[in-house]
Amino acid sequence: MSKTINQKENFLKGIVKENPVFVMLLGMCPTLGVTSSAFNGLGMGIATLFVLLMSNTVVSLVKSQIPSKVRIPAFIIIIASFVTIVEMVLEAFIPFLYEQLGIFIPLIVVNCLILGRAEAFASKNNLKSSVLDALGMGIGFVIALTVLGAAREILGNGSIFDFKFIPEDANTFILFILPPGAFIALAYLAILFNKLTVKTA
Amino acid sequence: MSQKKSTFLNMALALIVITIVAGFSLGFVNDLTLEPKAKAKLAKKVNALKMVLPVFDNDLVSEMVRIKSEVVKDSIEIYPAYLNGKFVGAAVIGASEKGFSGLVKIMVGFKPDGNIQDIVVLEQKETPGLGTKMKEEKFLGQFRDKNPSSFDLKVTKDGGEVDALTGATISTRAFTEAAQSAYNEYVEIKESLTKANK
Repeated sequence: MSKTINQKENFLKGIVKENPVFVMLLGMCPTLGVTSSAFNGLGMGIATLFVLLMSNTVVSLVKSQIPSKVRIPAFIIIIASFVTIVEMVLEAFIPFLYEQLGIFIPLIVVNCLILGRAEAFASKNNLKSSVLDALGMGIGFVIALTVLGAAREILGNGSIFDFKFIPEDANTFILFILPPGAFIALAYLAILFNKLTVKTA
Repeated sequence: MSQKKSTFLNMALALIVITIVAGFSLGFVNDLTLEPKAKAKLAKKVNALKMVLPVFDNDLVSEMVRIKSEVVKDSIEIYPAYLNGKFVGAAVIGASEKGFSGLVKIMVGFKPDGNIQDIVVLEQKETPGLGTKMKEEKFLGQFRDKNPSSFDLKVTKDGGEVDALTGATISTRAFTEAAQSAYNEYVEIKESLTKANK
């Protein structure tokens, strides 16, 4: 921990330079699976942000106590515990969102973004850096999922956050609500994102 | 802060401690959320009951009747409603496994004459924006005050009278199958419900 990290850059890198979805293409399973509406994307993003924050915090705290040969199973147990907690809390207090996200909540466990940050960052850096890293990456993930969900909802359903702005019977690109639309929308958003950020990066 | 060596003892100890802590915290949260979870489920059910039934004054949840069903693996729940001791209708849970993504579970409220009072979707995993439109008034409205004995609960494509959701015929089929199963159960048990009437 001798080298000092620029904390502002550390926080911002997850949002722009190393955006988990648009740049690193991590966590594709929930990204493609739940973003059929802006609200779902936002909900999934926040659930993931919470798990990422908690796991980075705990991993950073206990890193020196975990022998390196068993670090992966140890990290997975930590992550799985937080995911289960999120699942139980959502079911109890936000049942609507719980039903919408369904199977994708338990699948946060295998989101490579979370294990990736635990392994690549939190297990090597101190608490403060790890928390900022998790916040940056998590917010980057929330933004990406919400934007992707909004894009698909606007094109596929003519609405945003369930607010409909076209007549009831108007035709929409149903394709964008269906799974293939997720790939198409993600590809174009990734192109756009990288085009816009390439100069600042 | 030196890293612990990867000796057998260290590894075993680390994993044991982590699993114990994880186990206890999960148990703690589980205890904490057990009651709100049950409450949320019950509130949802009671809300659905109020929507599909005419005015009633009995305690539906405690008077619920369960009957075995061959169609669905689960037993079917029936909630008879009474007003001043008079039978005013019943809510029946109908389900179908044939949805686009599995189970579709609905609650159908019947009037004593078998007419549908209203339908509420309880569980579904259909495609957002397509199959999920089954929850909307535009679709549900067509069932209101229809009697399944004369109103053919089948999609128009299959020779019935139900207008399918655009791009979601499979979801609609599952929905109508669930409604039909609810009606069948209702017809079967109706006699005993009106007789049980005090």
